[in-house]
Amino acid sequence: MSFAKSTFHHKGLPKNELGLTYRDYEGALSTLCAGCGHDSISAAIVHACHELSIEPHTIVKMSGIGCSSKAPNYFLNNAHGFNTVHGRMPSVTTGANMANQHLTYLAMSGDGDSASIGLGQFAHVVRRQLNMVYMVANNGVYGLTKGQLAATSDKGVKNKAGEMSLFNDIDLCCMALQLGASFVARCFSGDKRQLVPILKAAISHQGFAFIDIISPCVTFNNHPDSTRSYDYVQQHVTAGAITDYVPIKEEITSVAGDGEYDDICLHDGSVLRIKKLDQNYDASNRLTAMIDIEEHKKRGEILTGLLYVDPTARSFHDINETSQTPLNQLQQDVLCPGERVLASINKSLR
Amino acid sequence: MMTHTKINDFVVKFANTNGTGSASANTMFAKAIMRMGVPVSAKNIFPSNIQGAPTWYEVRINERDFLARRAGKCDIVVAMNAQTYSLDVSDVIDNGYFLYDSSKPLSDTLTSQNIHYLGIPIADICRKEFNNPRQRQLFKNVIYLGALAALLGIEFNVIKTLISEQFKTKEKLISANIYALELGHQYAINHFSCPLDYQIQRRDLINNRIMVNGNTACALGAIYGGATVVGWYPITPSTSVVDAFANYCQRLRVDPASGKKNYAIVQAEDELAAIGIAIGGGFNGARAFTATSGPGISLMAEFLGLAYFAEIPVVLMNIQRAGPSTGMPTRTQQSDILACAYASHGDTKHILLFPDSPHECFELSAMAFDLADRLQTPVIIMSDLDLGMNDHLTAPMQWNDKHKYDHGKILSMRELDSLLSFGRYRDVDGDGICYRTIAGTHPTKGAFFTRGTSRNQDAVYSEKSSDYVANMQRLERKFDSAKSYLPKPQVISNDTPSDVALIYFGTTSQAITEAVYLLKAQGINVNLMRIRAFPFQSQVATFINNHAKVFVIEQNRDAQMRTLLMSELNLAPDNLLSIVNYDGLSIPAQAIVDGVVTHCNQQQEVS
Ligand SMILES: Cc1ncc(C[n+]2csc(CCOP(=O)(O)OP(=O)(O)O)c2C)c(N)n1
Ligand code: SF4
Repeated sequence: MSFAKSTFHHKGLPKNELGLTYRDYEGALSTLCAGCGHDSISAAIVHACHELSIEPHTIVKMSGIGCSSKAPNYFLNNAHGFNTVHGRMPSVTTGANMANQHLTYLAMSGDGDSASIGLGQFAHVVRRQLNMVYMVANNGVYGLTKGQLAATSDKGVKNKAGEMSLFNDIDLCCMALQLGASFVARCFSGDKRQLVPILKAAISHQGFAFIDIISPCVTFNNHPDSTRSYDYVQQHVTAGAITDYVPIKEEITSVAGDGEYDDICLHDGSVLRIKKLDQNYDASNRLTAMIDIEEHKKRGEILTGLLYVDPTARSFHDINETSQTPLNQLQQDVLCPGERVLASINKSLR
Repeated sequence: MMTHTKINDFVVKFANTNGTGSASANTMFAKAIMRMGVPVSAKNIFPSNIQGAPTWYEVRINERDFLARRAGKCDIVVAMNAQTYSLDVSDVIDNGYFLYDSSKPLSDTLTSQNIHYLGIPIADICRKEFNNPRQRQLFKNVIYLGALAALLGIEFNVIKTLISEQFKTKEKLISANIYALELGHQYAINHFSCPLDYQIQRRDLINNRIMVNGNTACALGAIYGGATVVGWYPITPSTSVVDAFANYCQRLRVDPASGKKNYAIVQAEDELAAIGIAIGGGFNGARAFTATSGPGISLMAEFLGLAYFAEIPVVLMNIQRAGPSTGMPTRTQQSDILACAYASHGDTKHILLFPDSPHECFELSAMAFDLADRLQTPVIIMSDLDLGMNDHLTAPMQWNDKHKYDHGKILSMRELDSLLSFGRYRDVDGDGICYRTIAGTHPTKGAFFTRGTSRNQDAVYSEKSSDYVANMQRLERKFDSAKSYLPKPQVISNDTPSDVALIYFGTTSQAITEAVYLLKAQGINVNLMRIRAFPFQSQVATFINNHAKVFVIEQNRDAQMRTLLMSELNLAPDNLLSIVNYDGLSIPAQAIVDGVVTHCNQQQEVS
């Protein structure tokens, strides 16, 4: 059985600067379970990219293996995608990014994919400061292999089969902060108002951007014993801050003196406006971000929002001093030193 | 004692301690002989250890160009490691020479052998002449080099020039080294009758050959082949491939105007990531490679399967060492053949290339990038420690500026525009090789989803049996098409007809000319074929079928190449015999001769 999306276009659909409607940013029809949080993430990505007016073909969709890693099928049909192997998306994304640093790398992974088999690769791509958006669709279970506990499951919770998580969980946001990620956020897939601006900010951010997206698995983890069920998250989520994304061209109204706002200017000139719910919340402090996450967790709450951003971050290619021309576009005359040079190398070896 | 002069045909072995700086003096010794026009080969025999352990450096000098490791004992041992004295003494042939540091007397048990002892109080000389402890250590090596020059009749000027070249920019070091060299030289002249009966005499047998190790040549091949993305993880003996690549890139690949790098090298967290990075680069249209050895190959297997099935070009340089497991990390072998040919689960096969010299390391490495792009699949260079880390006399590396990179079937924006529709895995040309597009090429055409799961020819996920089977058959067709792009086997037939043949590949080649010569002396004529690539071309089966007895020579216990030949070419096992050597050292000609002769004798007894 194959699914096909209707190609019917509403005439009245709003167009972005490129003259494209959000339908131009859609992907194939989803085959995930109806109501899966991962589909909400796909929808948010479609909106974010449309609103940012990015040409879809300048995006590369990367993923590992899992339900979440299938999601890139379901957005951005005109972008290349690569569903790699379980847990190893970070290295493949690194290589792709080496080949062409000017494309946008949107990567999707699961909590099993990133926090278990791929923990090593996750840690190292953060360290490497690769310019990419790394999203984890975090449902606290393995979806694709039918509901085993994940390393992100809170200690003491049970999966659908009644098996209890006996060990401490891995908090990927804390890990990302500790390893030096320059943009760290946590969102709830069901809160599009929060997710879309954060996605937009992450895409604009020139450096490693990590978003842990709590994304309930309606099939294997939507039961009362779970801390990743839709209802549980709905009830326990607290927003640390509300983030607005202000594109470059919009006038930024002055909020000077208003202690409730924080305007953060990104590399490309766009602005992240953070409205603080918690007066003390400071998105530029790596250390307090970690403490805040832990304190909320102790209270049984999930702190969401933009947790940390360093707008001055340097990415791998800045550090490597890579040529501005993408490496995959350098021609033979630049790459190959030619016969004469080889003759002199030969001579040096006699 | 009876002596007769041996000219340009003997083996000198240096016994040193790791970390004492002997490598450069030893290399200069070999290079000086080359510069006197005499063929020479050198092998490092070193432990898997950083400092303090014994190392050996074996130099074979042979004007007939028999440069493989010679079986048996050495003619001269330069013994600079007291801990291995007894081993080293027993390694000297009767009437051979044992040069040692006589600052401390040798024990009586050692002096009882039927060999000549050449004692030079090297440590004493150094203590007297130099104040700095590091100099005292380093100049020991230069002193025995000077002494050897006198003892073997190596032209003093040749070594002096080598020293001047080595310290090109440091005038002070040149004079100090030459002073040490003269100390040794003079001591030998004053105390021994120089030259000995072993002598180097100037010849003109080197022509334009160079001396270089295979890893450096692979690295240069990668540069000439246009590689820009490297993911790697350190492992002996492959590390120096990436070291050399990085060094040459700094010289040849930094844009002089902007100071920006035309390459990116990522030292990964492990081999999984190393090949993942290379695959990401290949997926996105860059020429990418990784270098590794056996344990790394094991870790890379899953990814190799992905690259095979998703059809992504990537080059892997496997510098083989002795396995299994961590095996003997600093010893050589050719034992990853089956692991590489079929790396990963499912029906997976990979292109293998077998260089036999640094010259070919260069050529095949550069070619590998064209092959990978053309065939959209991994290409594995099967080098080994002996080839990779030892200096070899080899034909100069060759590049033709007329050669244009073959990027294979990549569709440009314009080509996509003119296409009605694009399907990533459609076999448009019937050769099993499809057209691909690179991310970012076209706003509305050509995007597709790369995956390791089954799909139809338009790259859409499909578990339909017919789609899967069609895809697997096409991959088989592609593997068959690959044969016409791969380097052909090299066939050398004897003048006289022969029903005995040798098949060999990679570093086993070094022993072949000598083996053929020795066999001929025993009345056995052989025909030869050197395999250069897998999958095997039709010539391989024809050659085997044309001979009654075919010996496959290889450096592993289980005769892996023979297995591969049998299974891939559907051959009966009877006339495919095997000669193997798997002690971690490279195969000597004598082992081949013994293998052939023993079998031929057995046959005679039977008949
Ligand atoms: C090497 C390897 N081991 C195991 C698997 C099986 N596997 C597929 S997806 C998956 C877990 C996915 O969980 P997660 O990343 O949390 O994604 P979700 O499906 O929950 O979105 C596993 C274990 C595999 N594909 N490859
Ligand atoms: S199993 Fe869970 S994670 Fe997977 S698609 Fe269904 S709801 Fe989503």
